[in-house]
Amino acid sequence: MTPVPPLHCHCEERSDEASSFGPGRRPHEPRHDRQTFRMPATYSATLPTLQLRAWHGFALAAVIVFFACVANAQGMAVGRPSVFAVLAKWTPLLLRGFVFNIAISFFAMAIGTVLGWFLGIGLISVAPPVRQPSWVLTQFFRNAPWLVLLFFVMYMLPFQISIGGLVIPLPDWIKAVLGLSLPVMANVAEIVRGAVLSIPTGQWEAAESLAFSRQQQLWSIILPQCIKRMLPPWMNLYAILTMSTVLASIVGVNEVMTLAGQVEAAEGGRTDLLAPLYGWILLWFFLYSYPIARLTQRLERRYAVKI
Amino acid sequence: MANIATLAPEHAWTNAQPIVRIDEVHKSFGPIEVLKGVSLDVMKGEVICIIGPSGSGKSTLIRCINALTPFNRGSILVRGIEVGDAKLDKLALRRHIGMVFQQYNLFPHRTALQNVMMAPIQVLHQPRKEVEERAMALMAKVRLQGREHAYPGEMSGGQQQRVAIARSLAMNPDVMLFDEVTAALDPETVKEVLVTIKQLADEGMTCILVTHEMRFARDVADRIYFTDRGVIVEYGPPEDFFTNPKDPRTREFLGQVT
Repeated sequence: MTPVPPLHCHCEERSDEASSFGPGRRPHEPRHDRQTFRMPATYSATLPTLQLRAWHGFALAAVIVFFACVANAQGMAVGRPSVFAVLAKWTPLLLRGFVFNIAISFFAMAIGTVLGWFLGIGLISVAPPVRQPSWVLTQFFRNAPWLVLLFFVMYMLPFQISIGGLVIPLPDWIKAVLGLSLPVMANVAEIVRGAVLSIPTGQWEAAESLAFSRQQQLWSIILPQCIKRMLPPWMNLYAILTMSTVLASIVGVNEVMTLAGQVEAAEGGRTDLLAPLYGWILLWFFLYSYPIARLTQRLERRYAVKI
Repeated sequence: MANIATLAPEHAWTNAQPIVRIDEVHKSFGPIEVLKGVSLDVMKGEVICIIGPSGSGKSTLIRCINALTPFNRGSILVRGIEVGDAKLDKLALRRHIGMVFQQYNLFPHRTALQNVMMAPIQVLHQPRKEVEERAMALMAKVRLQGREHAYPGEMSGGQQQRVAIARSLAMNPDVMLFDEVTAALDPETVKEVLVTIKQLADEGMTCILVTHEMRFARDVADRIYFTDRGVIVEYGPPEDFFTNPKDPRTREFLGQVT
């Protein structure tokens, strides 16, 4: 028998529509009728997953204790207060700074997630005037260095906004939240796009043939299935964002790194204090990110098997 | 093409005319022509089976009927609605047509009953209570009483496929399309799905099936169409078709599969 043409191939089906723009294909076009094609459950071209292990924390703690002991031995010789005493004295202040970091990460994540959700839906729109600007926006904010975005927002935004008679102050930490929410937005948009593309095309087709409109297909059939798939990369993004909040110290926000610098200065610039002090803060970030990273890995494993 | 002008528009469609009229449909995927001028008529209440080797365009043809796959040339009329019309109201068309897929494609985040209820509530805006009663009745009809609140992931392939049939029926379609619906099933569950389809056919539902189940096709169909390389090679009532195939290609194919 001579070869017969394939029943379904991956060629463009709707030649009357504009060619796709940017990387990635639009959902259910071209179609993979046989559904043999499936992306990994948590497919997204975003950030690498944090691979934290418990021993990382123990190693970190051991290094800190080691440096603290060395510093202590040196300090004792010249009659300076012990490093442990200094750390204990300043810990309440530093913790207040750390809580500020957590607050910044929390709000930046909240704003970035809401904006990113809609940007991600823009990325998978069938209308080029929606899809193309969404793509540009996503690429720009995802690939720009976070610190540059932070500076950009810091110096572009005024210290207060006047609407009519109402004056809304814009403290630096709010600006930091806004600055950090931009890369979060772009990464969330990619997570949304990746999750939508990982849904088998048969789901779209089944919904289409039941006469659901495009919006109904998206909101009541596709997106609800995406939530589970989005959770691991989204949590990973949050852990990475939390660690990036220290960037705010460079633009003068009174978060934990800024305070650590002040503590160091208040102690007379003792160089033996540097490693234990910053190591101590590093350990806090580890303790905060570790459970998130572990949960992320667990969810990833679970959802990778069951779709 | 010639028939567009002579056929009545949708509002004037009557049962005396074919409910589905496919006329000289051509479809290419890039350089590959998959349908090379296919024509067939289906009257209300008829059951037709399309058989043929894989790659012959069977699935593409029935996907063209509910506008899942656009075609390049020719005409498809469903109840007088021109599917090839650039200004086609796809949603209106699809309310008349139910489709069941090889891979079931149930919505995994909803229970079986919710799968059946979603479209009538969201698309047809029918009252929930009425839809629920009908959905329960449909679940019973496909012999899945007691499984209403199971999730698709908890059901066998045959059960999922029957839910998929119930889900399509909930929209009260005029025509049902079945795209190799038993091809992904275990041999022992194929029968339960075929029994359900047979029951539908016996009740007078218009059905267009793409299938590899020759005995079933012979049993259920009013006409069999044999496609090969994008054309309909031969068609006729099952008795004639299976006992006295005329075209050598048909004979070769039937020799291979039976």
